[in-house]
Amino acid sequence: MVATIAVRDLKKSYGSVLAVDGISFEVEQGEFFGILGPNGAGKTTTLEILEGLREPDAGQVTVLGMQPWPRNAALLPRIGVQLQASSFFERLTAREQLRTFASLYGVSQQRADEMLSTVGLDDRADARTEKLSGGQAQRLSIACTLVHDPELVFLDEPTGALDPQARRNLWDLLRQINSDGRTVVLTTHHMDEAEILCDRVAIMDHGKILQAGPPAALVRGLDSPVRISVESGQLDLAGARKLAASAGGTDGVTDDGVSLTIATREPAPVLAGLAEQHALTGLRVQGATLEDVFLSLTGREYRA
Amino acid sequence: MKGAAFRSLSGAMFRGYVRDRTALLFSILIPILFLVLFGSIYKSSSTPKLSVLEVGRVALLDNAAGGLHGVLQVTKGDNLATALSQVRKGNDDAAVQQRGNHLIVHYSIADQTTASVVQTVFASIVQQADQAQVGATHAYQLTTEQVENKSLKPIQYLAPGFLGWAIASGGAFGAAITLVTWRQTKLLRRLRLAPISTASVVFARVGVSVLVALIQMAVFIAVATTPYFGLKLTSDWWLAIPIVVAGTLAFMSIGLLIGAFAKSQQAASAVANIVILPMAFLGGSFIPLNFAPQWIQDVSYAMPLRYLVIGTQDVMARGEGVGAALPAIGILLGIAAVLSLISVRVFSWDYI
Repeated sequence: MVATIAVRDLKKSYGSVLAVDGISFEVEQGEFFGILGPNGAGKTTTLEILEGLREPDAGQVTVLGMQPWPRNAALLPRIGVQLQASSFFERLTAREQLRTFASLYGVSQQRADEMLSTVGLDDRADARTEKLSGGQAQRLSIACTLVHDPELVFLDEPTGALDPQARRNLWDLLRQINSDGRTVVLTTHHMDEAEILCDRVAIMDHGKILQAGPPAALVRGLDSPVRISVESGQLDLAGARKLAASAGGTDGVTDDGVSLTIATREPAPVLAGLAEQHALTGLRVQGATLEDVFLSLTGREYRA
Repeated sequence: MKGAAFRSLSGAMFRGYVRDRTALLFSILIPILFLVLFGSIYKSSSTPKLSVLEVGRVALLDNAAGGLHGVLQVTKGDNLATALSQVRKGNDDAAVQQRGNHLIVHYSIADQTTASVVQTVFASIVQQADQAQVGATHAYQLTTEQVENKSLKPIQYLAPGFLGWAIASGGAFGAAITLVTWRQTKLLRRLRLAPISTASVVFARVGVSVLVALIQMAVFIAVATTPYFGLKLTSDWWLAIPIVVAGTLAFMSIGLLIGAFAKSQQAASAVANIVILPMAFLGGSFIPLNFAPQWIQDVSYAMPLRYLVIGTQDVMARGEGVGAALPAIGILLGIAAVLSLISVRVFSWDYI
């Protein structure tokens, strides 16, 4: 079985800037694959090469078993690309917009109108796209991407500037796209988003893939301590240290006057000890997240 | 499917255009407003009658009045002093007195053309009166007829001038702004990712601009041919249609070139203004070339707008035919071809 996307030793530079520096990865059919990385990591360039918008300098790329470059008319109807919310014709209504895109792919207007319902924009069908909210515009943009029922969907930062409600709302839609059997490739720098949506992620920086795998596996691979915190005042600092030591080692105990926090790699005995002392009020147990993996790989220093 | 995609692209672009109030304002309303305004101002200046003040009784004018009705407009003047002051100010062209057989004509040489017309007219009045006196028969008779097509009424150069300007700015701004906007919103990329040819995108956009240009032309002709402005289309006026189409292509290619370099809409419209506005003055739109100083007439040959304005004027108002239209069409298409080729070379789908 041929992978939906197969990339081997891909390289691309702009002048002296090496945007993509020899990456290899595969995406299987039906997978939800995320490419994560800071700005300028090479995510967008990688996506553009997969979509057939740019010619790679070196390496092999096959998408659905075909070469995306040069512009491959046989491939285009099978992929759907979402660029950004404002890639619309000026001054058209949501319905006209979707119908226009549908006609470019030879898809019926009826199917376009159905798509409008799928993304929940029936009541905004006659609104000009300039009047849509950020979340609505993003939904319409995704509808335009899906109107021709592509097998493979590329989404570039789909939740970029949305508020939390709109983001969650969009996540449901993205999950639905994937559960219909489509392969989805997503770039994002929201780690929570990647952790929730993606089957597998690749973390990129400086044009290279630093790590790839299911988010949970990456987090486990980080082997970081679990942070257990309870409300302050139930246990003093010395008691907490003793408890942690008896549980088999600690990575630090702190009390900031609001919460007492124990970092440990052996959470079970610590939790049992806290329970014995009836000191579980306000309990929170936090494991490492994908964000910790990301920061440990790409560094914590701020990049403008 | 190909045809459906092309039709729906054209439909989308046309709707987008019609819903753009600013574009409608600038491409149709303002040029028409100019036409109406300047058409009204210059309407009466085409066939000036001499306004003559009659001081006292001038019998010669009574005798000659029938034949001179089309040339003179005679009003009674109060006295010589006020009449002379009116002539001096230019409100009237001449003041006339008659003392016995002596006709005295006062005129100003501030306007030399009028001055010589006054002299000629009154000389002929006196001559006619002399001949009537001696009872000579007319051996020769002179009939004068105005050659309408040679001496243009203002509407005949104003309409093609403003129409040319409207089409030039519509084409150049339309192409430049569309290209920059579509690149900015990445719509250009999105279209490249759809299974349609670049040609159908380009032809749809050009088709919309040509349609808009023909609408501009129809509105202009409708306004200019109203009895108020009185433009009379000459027989081969329809040749203006291919000239307007070729002009649209030429100015779209100018816009395309601007759009290929401009990074923002503001920059694109600023550059388009810098190109089109001076051209409107130097290419015969705002200053009719017949009345323009020699240097403007010389410079106008380098202005694409000249060929659009003069071409439409020739076939719409001057009664010329294919012989005048073909060179104009050829030059405009040539400009379109050369600039489009350059644009394609410098074109990019997006910024890197």
